[in-house]
Amino acid sequence: MNIGTRVPMTDGPPKVTGQAIYADDLRLPNMLYGKILRSPHAHARIISINTSKAERLPGVMGVVTGKDAPAKYGILPIGHDETAFSIDRVRYVGDEVAAVCATSEQIAEEALELIEVEYEILPAFVTPEEAMGCEDESLWLHHDRKRNIEKQYHHHFGDVEKGFQEALDSGGAVRFDKYYNPRVTHVPMEPHACVANWEHEGKVTLWTSTQTPHYVHRTLAVVLDMPMSSIRVIKPFVGGGFGGKSETFTHEVAACLLAKKTCRPVKFNFTREEVFYAHRGRPEQYVELKTGVAKDGRITAVEAKVVQDGGAYCSYGVVTILYSGALIAALYDIPNIKFDGYRVLTNKPACGPMRGHGTVGVRFGFESQLDMLAAEIGMDAGELRLKNKLKPNTITVNDLRVTSYGYDKCIEKVMEASDWRNKRSKMPYGKGVGMAGSHYVSGAANSIIRSKLPHSTVSIKIDYDGGVTVYTGAAEIGQGTETIHAQIVAEEMGIELSRIRIVAADSALTPVDLGSYSSRVTFMAGNAAKEAARDIKMQLFRAAAELLGESPEHLVARDEKIFPRDEPHRSITYQEALLACIEQGGTLIAKGTYTPPPESQGGSFRGAGVGPGVAYSYAAQVAEVTVDPETGLFTVDKIWAAHDCGRALNLLTVEGQVEGSVWMGLGQAVAEEQIFENGKTMNPGLLEYKSASSLESPPIETFIVETIDPEGPFGAKEAGEGSLAATIPAVANAIYDAIGVRINDLPLSPERILKAIEEQKKRS
Amino acid sequence: MKKELVTLTVNGEEKTLATAANRSLLNVLREDLNLTGTKQGCDDGDCGACTVLLDGEPVLSCMMLAASADCREVTTIEGLAREGKLDRVQAAFWTEGGMQCGFCTPGMIVSSYALLKRNPDPSEHEIRDALSNNLCRCTGYTKIVTAVQHAATFEEFLDKQS
Ligand code: FES
Ligand code: FES
Repeated sequence: MNIGTRVPMTDGPPKVTGQAIYADDLRLPNMLYGKILRSPHAHARIISINTSKAERLPGVMGVVTGKDAPAKYGILPIGHDETAFSIDRVRYVGDEVAAVCATSEQIAEEALELIEVEYEILPAFVTPEEAMGCEDESLWLHHDRKRNIEKQYHHHFGDVEKGFQEALDSGGAVRFDKYYNPRVTHVPMEPHACVANWEHEGKVTLWTSTQTPHYVHRTLAVVLDMPMSSIRVIKPFVGGGFGGKSETFTHEVAACLLAKKTCRPVKFNFTREEVFYAHRGRPEQYVELKTGVAKDGRITAVEAKVVQDGGAYCSYGVVTILYSGALIAALYDIPNIKFDGYRVLTNKPACGPMRGHGTVGVRFGFESQLDMLAAEIGMDAGELRLKNKLKPNTITVNDLRVTSYGYDKCIEKVMEASDWRNKRSKMPYGKGVGMAGSHYVSGAANSIIRSKLPHSTVSIKIDYDGGVTVYTGAAEIGQGTETIHAQIVAEEMGIELSRIRIVAADSALTPVDLGSYSSRVTFMAGNAAKEAARDIKMQLFRAAAELLGESPEHLVARDEKIFPRDEPHRSITYQEALLACIEQGGTLIAKGTYTPPPESQGGSFRGAGVGPGVAYSYAAQVAEVTVDPETGLFTVDKIWAAHDCGRALNLLTVEGQVEGSVWMGLGQAVAEEQIFENGKTMNPGLLEYKSASSLESPPIETFIVETIDPEGPFGAKEAGEGSLAATIPAVANAIYDAIGVRINDLPLSPERILKAIEEQKKRS
Repeated sequence: MKKELVTLTVNGEEKTLATAANRSLLNVLREDLNLTGTKQGCDDGDCGACTVLLDGEPVLSCMMLAASADCREVTTIEGLAREGKLDRVQAAFWTEGGMQCGFCTPGMIVSSYALLKRNPDPSEHEIRDALSNNLCRCTGYTKIVTAVQHAATFEEFLDKQS
């Protein structure tokens, strides 16, 4: 039995010994080093590019520019607005213009300075208002995106006006508030890196630090104008992603182009500064929320307007804006929802998916507002949340299918653990507790490129040596997918974990998995792995059945033995069954697939494809803070976090994911912000972009809530994202409890707290 | 650029190499000695991923010239495991979930190793303080602290493993 225990990550030893090979650790013979020339302007026309001086610099082996890769691409089929290099226009400070490769990094850097680019500077749009207000078509970032609006959606489910009226008529409350979320970014500790090797005969191999090798593979085929079968994409160890490595980046294309040009391996390794330009983080967003609560605590209606500053390219932007609306639902029972969402293009680095994708900004606002509404109707904030719980197996008003649901259990857990009832509103001035909840899809039910293809396939091979090799396209990025694959296969087959070897994320060897995004891997690749394991187990059972004189259906496998159910003494060993099986038909091979059930895939309105998950995870948290009203400085003393992950396949990694999410949410609550001046990032470094150290991080106590999802592998759902969004409003609500002021703009800085205290004093 | 002859004792092995005077210890370890276990997270002194021991003390190898390590002892993550056995700090980071993506891990482990050498029984605050130059974006530090606490009590680990 390994499911439900604390299994240390199976890929732990190479990580703790320094043996793990990340992209920048790869060294191929005769390798060259690449560097990217980036735009110094937020918005400019490219008049000319002259690379001849750079090309003449001794040691420079190749230079590429926009004309070498003119094909447009983008992660979303409706957002093909990027080229590997800017061709006629740069759209943000950091936009890629050219790349060089040379015999050393230093020479490559020198060469960049020799590339002459003549720009005609254009006015830059650095806020959504400016961008949307532009009537001059020639200045729009992309000519087919009118007034720089990438996409807008207007959804109305039920009747919000009726809902608000009902709240008021019952003697309840209706509030309208505005919330601001700055742009934040993933900051994986490993900067993006890749190595490309040109193998003559028109074949290329790319090792790259990515969460989505399959989508990189697809895009490379388009941009390099090569068949997918001639491209091999391999994901080595990845030093964190959090959403920031979920699509094709210029350096990946550049490495392949330059490898082809020079017939030598080419490596790119981002500087830390470049990671901030590559970005694809969480957009700055302006959230307006109106919520009605009846006297008895029922939420009667929610109306939301969300404007996201998406930066210069679409990336996942359409998905982000849709999530922000769709996932207003599926946490609470809300009968009426109206949503107006605008994704706007500006002259800043493009935003993309980041942990808790799309949900975090609205959740901060909503959970803050709910806290105020609870006070207005005189109800405890925890009770109010419990009052609005959903029932399992529900279809929401916007057609999301909720299967298992443990939010209420999460709330009860953190209320109890934090001693909520004795603390809320009862602590001395300057100390307070706050609560909030959140949820997330456990795998998007619709793939990025809509098709009938499976979302995951996993295959297994067993040979004479008795080792079980599991082939999966799933991308381990530190969250533990390889461990989960191994555990699921071992559990299903009744064998030791140590028999299992994982071969992962190599397009030439492993079947397709769509990637590590939308918290889909445990659920989808996990189900595929389970199915493959079951198939191969049945092959063993058929051979064992002959030896045991039993029918295969009556056999079970446990502790490396196969025996008739209830007759463990009549067992044969796994190895005996295996040899019998191989004698009959040679090496054992099996596969399993996962395709989301159609009933999980949502409604048919425009934009209905985003929001449906094959299941949803749930989270509730209580934060306790101490605020110094003189300075505005505060500490988060502790966070109690409960997470419904369906079933915890691995307690250690589930806790790790929850702790990591809470911590990342906390960073966004208190300090993180990518700051811009006229479109230029002002803090592109780890010192300036304030990532909390161990000393600044509070203890986090995690509680796992299990609901055994009917469709998850062994009942499991996601654990890696759902907890993040709750942390921010939990802290904001705790600050309110401590000193009675509301901060609706993030981060919750001492300056903002002091200002709010002053305003409070003025009012009273 | 003029090159200098530098002699380093790295993980017990003496290495002499000619290197440009401006190169960092990190760069020499990774590029010349192929010791890629030590990571580069920023090359700017801000993340701690490049932490190694210099004569037993943790230093940021990206901020240090290779030449200034001349005739000194350098210990990297590759030097901690002995005879196929993990050091107790490595073992604890693994079994207690003190690492996720593993990129901060070599630096974290080296810093923790140094901490336990000078303070065999650190308090939680002392652990957090000693690791405050090592950034991690994955774990929230909770399990890193547990791992170090665990390592401190891990005397019997080496016997158990053999
Ligand atoms: S690489 Fe040395 S501190 Fe970041
Ligand atoms: S484990 Fe990923 S940065 Fe620490």
